[in-house]
Amino acid sequence: MMFLSTEINSAGAGLAALLGYGVVFLGLIALMLVVIAVGKFFQARDQKKNTEPSVEAPVAPQEVAPAPTAPGSAGGVKLYDVEPKTAAMLMAIVADQMGKPLNELRFISIKEVK
Amino acid sequence: MINIGETLLNLWNDSGFARIITGFLSENGWQNLVMIAVGCFLLWLAISKKFEPLLLTGIAFGCILTNLPGVGMYHQELWDQFMRHEIGFGDIMLQGGLLDYFYIGVKSSVYPCLIFIGVGAMTDFGPLLSNPKSLLLGAAAQLGVFLAFFAARATGAFDALEAAAIGIIGGADGPTAIFLTSKLAPHLLGPIAVAAYSYMALIPFIQPPIMKALTTPEMRKVKMVQTRTVSKTEKIIFPIVVGIFVALLLPSTGALIGCLMLGNLLKETGVTDRLSDTVQNALMNIVTILLSLSVGATMVGSTFLTVQTLLIIVLGVIAFMISTTGGMLGGVIMYKVTKGKVNPLIGSAGVSAVPMAARVSNTVGQKYNPSNFLLMHAMGPNVAGVIGSAIAAGFLLSMFGG
Repeated sequence: MMFLSTEINSAGAGLAALLGYGVVFLGLIALMLVVIAVGKFFQARDQKKNTEPSVEAPVAPQEVAPAPTAPGSAGGVKLYDVEPKTAAMLMAIVADQMGKPLNELRFISIKEVK
Repeated sequence: MINIGETLLNLWNDSGFARIITGFLSENGWQNLVMIAVGCFLLWLAISKKFEPLLLTGIAFGCILTNLPGVGMYHQELWDQFMRHEIGFGDIMLQGGLLDYFYIGVKSSVYPCLIFIGVGAMTDFGPLLSNPKSLLLGAAAQLGVFLAFFAARATGAFDALEAAAIGIIGGADGPTAIFLTSKLAPHLLGPIAVAAYSYMALIPFIQPPIMKALTTPEMRKVKMVQTRTVSKTEKIIFPIVVGIFVALLLPSTGALIGCLMLGNLLKETGVTDRLSDTVQNALMNIVTILLSLSVGATMVGSTFLTVQTLLIIVLGVIAFMISTTGGMLGGVIMYKVTKGKVNPLIGSAGVSAVPMAARVSNTVGQKYNPSNFLLMHAMGPNVAGVIGSAIAAGFLLSMFGG
């Protein structure tokens, strides 16, 4: 459906431009609200899942002695869903980008954001 | 008995060389020669300077092919008749050349939509989902679309349909620009597509001066905190919700947004990996070849070498600059509102141009703070810009052409 004449003058074009910019904003604000609502729903669901007690009998956590760190190393880095090779590559890239030697940086954990 | 002399003479008269020598100057053939030179220049830009080579190579070669005398691969006069509703696609299939057949895919909006399926399959909406406020930056960065539309109309050189097609260059989204232009002002498709893709390639040069002018060094150094992790279910639901919501809001965007979200759904479901792989690679590559050749075919000398083309080139760069400014102003406002938690440099990524604009935000940010990684934060506004420019195109289409 065509709402406007193709022969609109400059003033009409200015009005159409303002209206268009407003429509884009309104559309994306509405979309933002929808995305926030969906996000809140899933966050609440995940929180509920995490707080619910497990049905299975809890297993006593086993005390594991921390592995000794190699001489000169800055300590262990916890990896979540990341291959050691990938982690090594990421640490090397970060060190290179920052212009600092790798042994002067301390990585606490590397987690894949899904 | 074959008359060898006559046969050779006929061959010579049929050749493009003879046409160049005999009728070229008198029939405005010089324009075709200039366009062949323009095509060679674009090829040089694509191959040597690596300016959007995947698209510009095809566009440049299509431009050369369409301007070769006597080849008859593209017929502008057929499409003029088509626009006056005197003939249909069937007549073009009967009378047209190879590039006319390819161009049917542009005119029917098939190629831009197929490209959008591929773009959707290659896009990760995770950063946008983890920070939905990015959508505001995607909206702010559409400023150039509407100001360029107004400016084009105000010059008096373009009618409202042409002005709308020129304005969409500011969206920095090639398929959207081609989609809208093929609907509203198909005779301007060549210059608009070339301007859009050229400026997208020039984003690393166009944006940084504006980004620096609108921010202080303190603003540029802001480190943004990591956003929340987005679950797989959210990522699957997002394209379905957006597809339905935006298409209901502005039905004229249904084709573009629907295809974008279908592509993204194929990627996120995890059960359609084969399809996702196909649309990201094979389909995308095939359509890119057809689309670029078709767009290049529209660069016929008589329609391209006009004052309008020059104006489009100028208005296009203005549109890009204003869109960047709009996104940056949005970023600065967010910086103020959040009391310095948002780095305003991510605002410039609100123009589509995925992922080039986000990379520029990251690069400029790292110049001022080498340990600052803005890429993922900038991807939010960047993909929001794709949705924003599709909505802007849908609005213009509803207003003037739908």
